[in-house]
Amino acid sequence: MSVRLSTGGRLIDRATEISFSFNGARLKGYAGDTLASALLGSDQMLVGRSFKYHRPRGIVASGAEEPNALVNMGEGARFEPNQRATTTELFAGLSATSQNHWPSLEFDVGALNAKLSRFLPAGFYYKMFIHPRSFWKHVYEPFIRQSAGLGRAPDSEDADSYEHFHLHTDVVVVGGGIAGLLAARAAAVTGAKVLLMEQTAHWGGRAPVDGGLVDGQPVGDYIDALVRELSEMPNVTLRLRCMASGVYDHGYLLGYERVRDHQPGAPGPRHRLWRVRAKQIVTATGAIERPLSFAGNDVPGVMLASAVRDYLVNYAVSAGKRVIVATNNDDGYRTAIALKQAGQEVLRILDARETGGGALMAEARRLGIRIDCGRAIGKVSGGKRVKKVQICAYAGAGGALEEVACDAVAMSGGWSPVVHLWSHCGGKLTWDAEQAYFRPDATRAPTGADGQPYVVPAGSANGVMMLDAICGDAVEAGRAAAKAAGYKLKKAAAIEAEPAPETPIEPVWMMPRDARVQLRMKAWLDYQNDVKVSDVQLAAREGYESVEHTKRYTTLGMATDQGKLSNINGLATLADALGAEIPAVGTTTFRPPYTPISMGAIGGEARGAVFQPLRRTAMHGWHEKNGADWEPVGHWRRPYAFARSGESVHDAVMREVKNTRENVGLLDASTLGKILVKGPDAGKFLDLLYTNMMSSLKPGKCRYGLMCNENGFLVDDGVVARIDDETFLCHTTTGGADRIHAHMEEWLQTEWWDMQVYAANLTEQYAQVAVVGPKARMLLEKLGGMDVSAETFPFMTWQDGTLGGFDVRAYRISFSGELSYEIAVPTAQGLAFWEALVAAGKEFGIMPYGTEALHIMRAEKGFIMIGDETDGTIIPQDLGLNWAISKKKEDFLGKRAQERAHMTDPNRWKLVGLETLDGAVLPDGAYAVAEGVNPNGQRNTQGRVTSTYYSPTLCKGIAMGLVLKGPERMGEVIEFPGTDGTVFKARIVDPVFYDKDGEKQNV
Amino acid sequence: MLTLECPYCGVMADETELTAGGEAHLKRFGPGSSDEDFEAYLFERENPKGVHFERWRHSHGCGKWFHAARNTMTLEVYGTYPAQTSEPPVEIRNKISGIAPGWSWRLFK
Repeated sequence: MSVRLSTGGRLIDRATEISFSFNGARLKGYAGDTLASALLGSDQMLVGRSFKYHRPRGIVASGAEEPNALVNMGEGARFEPNQRATTTELFAGLSATSQNHWPSLEFDVGALNAKLSRFLPAGFYYKMFIHPRSFWKHVYEPFIRQSAGLGRAPDSEDADSYEHFHLHTDVVVVGGGIAGLLAARAAAVTGAKVLLMEQTAHWGGRAPVDGGLVDGQPVGDYIDALVRELSEMPNVTLRLRCMASGVYDHGYLLGYERVRDHQPGAPGPRHRLWRVRAKQIVTATGAIERPLSFAGNDVPGVMLASAVRDYLVNYAVSAGKRVIVATNNDDGYRTAIALKQAGQEVLRILDARETGGGALMAEARRLGIRIDCGRAIGKVSGGKRVKKVQICAYAGAGGALEEVACDAVAMSGGWSPVVHLWSHCGGKLTWDAEQAYFRPDATRAPTGADGQPYVVPAGSANGVMMLDAICGDAVEAGRAAAKAAGYKLKKAAAIEAEPAPETPIEPVWMMPRDARVQLRMKAWLDYQNDVKVSDVQLAAREGYESVEHTKRYTTLGMATDQGKLSNINGLATLADALGAEIPAVGTTTFRPPYTPISMGAIGGEARGAVFQPLRRTAMHGWHEKNGADWEPVGHWRRPYAFARSGESVHDAVMREVKNTRENVGLLDASTLGKILVKGPDAGKFLDLLYTNMMSSLKPGKCRYGLMCNENGFLVDDGVVARIDDETFLCHTTTGGADRIHAHMEEWLQTEWWDMQVYAANLTEQYAQVAVVGPKARMLLEKLGGMDVSAETFPFMTWQDGTLGGFDVRAYRISFSGELSYEIAVPTAQGLAFWEALVAAGKEFGIMPYGTEALHIMRAEKGFIMIGDETDGTIIPQDLGLNWAISKKKEDFLGKRAQERAHMTDPNRWKLVGLETLDGAVLPDGAYAVAEGVNPNGQRNTQGRVTSTYYSPTLCKGIAMGLVLKGPERMGEVIEFPGTDGTVFKARIVDPVFYDKDGEKQNV
Repeated sequence: MLTLECPYCGVMADETELTAGGEAHLKRFGPGSSDEDFEAYLFERENPKGVHFERWRHSHGCGKWFHAARNTMTLEVYGTYPAQTSEPPVEIRNKISGIAPGWSWRLFK
C-alpha cells in the first residue's frame, strides 16, 4: 500500500491540510501536494480504467508523461475531463472522479474486454468491422460510439476567462531545471532579453530530488540562489506553471500558462497563451524515464523508479512498504537507496545486467539491500494492486525462479531525452547506441529565416545525463543562444559539479529477454491505448514495417500522452520484430502540443460577441426594435423578415411581398458592396473585370454586370454606375464586397500594374435604402426635392439630389421587378433618412421587407442570385446570360476559360423555370432523375433545383433550376424525388414568372 | 508561422498579417492561347523542396502584394520584393546562388 510518511516532503506544508474528494470520498492532503501525491498518500492506488480493456490502472509517473491518472475535474461550468492527476496541484475543495468505467471504478462491466483480449488484438477493428457491410451503421458504429471517448464532455459554458499574450524576445529557455536556469543566466548576463518557462509549480526539476553538489553546495541550495539571482535581473522574465507547447517556423513558440488552475475562481484568466517570437530557443526540457516491458507492468503499484523517488522526496509518500526495484541502469538504484533511507523495505533490486552497476550499487549494498544481477521480473500479479512478483533470469523465457510478495514495483528502463520541441520544426535526431536513446543531432537543427539554427538543446534534453556535464552543457547552450541572438560573450567562470560516474545501461526492450507469448500479451507498451508487446509484434508479422503505419495500426502512442512513455519501447520492439536496427526504424513525428492545452486558451479572448465582430448598418437598431428575424450574411446581420406580434415569420414574408408589389416597401440595402473604381484607365480595367462592356457606359447611366474568375466561373454580379469619365461605382453582393475589392487589387497590383486606377471600398460609407413598389414615386415626391419622374429620371440611371432635405445619390435600379429607387445617404444619416421614409410612407401603406421577400421577388422575375444559381462551377452561359457577355471585347477574365471544350459542351445543365403540376413547392436542392442508373446503381440525374419558393403573388410554388438541355425542353414534365418518398412532377417553363416585359419596373 | 518583411511598408510581418497567394511569376495566357498553355497557366504549379518564389499579400497591413523568395525546406527567406515585376531581382538571384549554388526554378537560375 502507498502511504504518507510522518516526516520529510520538500514540497509539502504539513501545517496546511487540504480536503478534497475523489469519486465522492473525502480525502486529505497537504498544501504543495499534487492530486496524484495526495491520492497516493491516501492509499488510492487504483485511479482509473484503461481505454480498451478497462484494466485497473494506477499512477505510473509523477509528471506530464503520466498515461493513466486522467480524471474528470470540477463540476458544472468548471467541469473538465482528462486532467492529469500528476500535473494538477491540490487545492481546497478539489473534486475529481475517475474515468472509463461503468458502473464504478471498483466494479466495471467493460473489464469483460480484458477477458476477451485474446480476440481483440491490434487491427481488430479494421478486420472485424468491415463485414458484412450493412452491419456498420446499425451494429458496429453504435457499439463503438458507446465505448469510445475518454472522459465526459462538459455540458455548460466555461465559467472562466482566457487570454493571449504576445511577446518578442531574444531567448526563450524552456524548462526550469538546473540546465534551464543555468542556460537562462548564461544568456542573460550578456544583456539578452530572456524568458524562462517551467511547466511545474517549482524551479529545479529533478536535481533537488536526485541530489549532488554544485560549486560545493547541495544542488537544491544552489538552485534557490540561482533563482534569486535571475529574479533580480531586469532582462529576465520567469514563469512557473508555463509549458512550452510547440515550436514553429521562424522562432515562433507557444507557451501555455496555467495561471489559476490551482486556485479556481480567483480573479484573472485561468489560462494564458503566450505567443512568442524568439530569436533563439533553448530546450532544457529534461528526460523521461522509460518503463520496462514485463507482464503485469500495468498493475496499480508498478511505477517508474523516478516517480517513486519523486513522491518520496517531494511529498513524503512511499509507493509501498515492501518494494521491488527492477532496473537496467544505475539510476534505478537511487530509488532503492532513497526508499531504504526513508525507512521503507526494499526487498530486491533486480538488475538485468549480469555484472550490475557501479558506485550506486555499492552504496545500496552497503545499506543492506539485496541485489540480484542478471535477474528480471517475469510477471507481476495482483489485479487492482500489486500482490506478488515472479522473479526470473533476464536471459530467458520467463521461467519463475522465485515468487516474492510485495506491494509496489519501481521500474527503470533508462531515460529518453525530451526532444519534442527540438523536433517540432524539423530538428533531426541521432541514435546514441551507448546510452540507448535518441538525442538531438546538433548538425541538423531547425533553421530560421536567416537559414541559421534557432533551437539549442541543453542538459538531459540534449542527451547529457550527469550533473557535472549538464552544468557545462547548459552554460554553453545559453551562451550560444545569446551569441546567435546578437550579444557579445564575456568570459564565464566554469561551474564545478561533483562527478558521479555510472556504469553503462544495458538496453532492455522486453523483460525477460525471450519472454514467452503469454507474458508478451500482458506486457504493456502504451498504457493509455492498451498496446502490448504482442500487438506491435503482430503488426510487424502482418507487414507493417513503417513505424508510422505501425503506430496507426496498433494505436501505439496515439493517446493523449502521445507516447511519452511508450514510444521508444514500442519502436525498439518493432525494430526487433523486423530484425532491423532502431535508427533504421526511426521515430514517429513529434507534433505540438507537447501536452494537451485547453481549447479556452487557444480561443483566448475570442469568444461570444468578441469571437467575430458583427457589422451593423445604420438602421440595425431600428430593425431590432421592429421585429427583425435576423439572417447572417457575411459578417452582417440582415433582417430576414419583420414579423409583427402574433405573426409567423412565413406570414410576415408573404405580407411583405404582397405589400411591396401593391403599395411600397423599404429594404435596407446598405450591406451591398460599393466599390469606387477611379482613374484614366478605369473603363479599360472594368472591361477586363466584367464580362460585359463597361467603358461604353455613359456617365449618369447604370448597367448590370457579371464578374468571372480566370476559370470562367461566375463569382459576382451587380449594377455599375458611371459617375464621370474616370469614375465608376461598382455594386457587389453583400458577401462579395471585400472579396471583389481584393480581387480588383490583386489584378491591379500583380498583372495590370501599368494601369492608372484606384479601387476603394466605400461599402460602409453609405447607407442605402431601396424604395420599392408602385407607390415609390409618390412617396419620394411627397418627401420633395429632386425630380423623380419617369421622364427626367428613367430606369437604369442615377442622379445626385436631395430628398426630404437629405443629400442623396439615387439609382433607378430594380431587383424586384417593381418601380424602384435605391437611395444612398452618408451612413451617419442612414437612420434619420429611413425614419423619414417610414413616417412619410404611412399614407401609402409603407412596410419594411427583409431578405426573404427580396429573394421571392427576384425569383418571380427570374433574376439569379450568386450562391443559389451559382456554386463556383457555373458559367454565365449556363444561366442564359449570354446577353451580358461582350462579343466585341478581345479579353476579359474568364473569356479564354469559357472557350474550353467542357464549357462549350451543349450538354451542360442550363437555367430554366420549374413549376409543379399541383402548385406545391419543390424541395430545395432536389435532383431531377433521368432514365437508368449510374455505375454505382444510383438513378441517373438530369437537373437540380437552385431556388424554390412559394410565390404569394402567383399563389403557387415557383422554382429555378439547372436542367440538361433545359431551354430546349419547354413544357416537358420532369420528376424530382423528395427525401420522404414523394415524387414532385414539375414542368419546365420560362424562368421569368412575373411581368416578363418589365412594364412595372420601367414606369 | 513565417515572418516576412513587407517590401512596401518595411514591417516584419507575422504570417497572421499575410495572405498566401500561391506561386509567383506566372505568365498569364488569355484569349488566343493554346489549350496546353492555358491549362499550364491555370493549373500547373511548382512544388519544390528547396528554392521557391511565392506571392503574398500584406492583407492585414498595407494591403500590398509582394513576392518572397524562400526555401521550403530550411525556411530561409532569401528576400522579398514588390510584385510589379515578371522576374526575381538580380540581387536576390545572386544571393540564392551564394547559398544554394546550382539552383533553378522554372526559367530562372
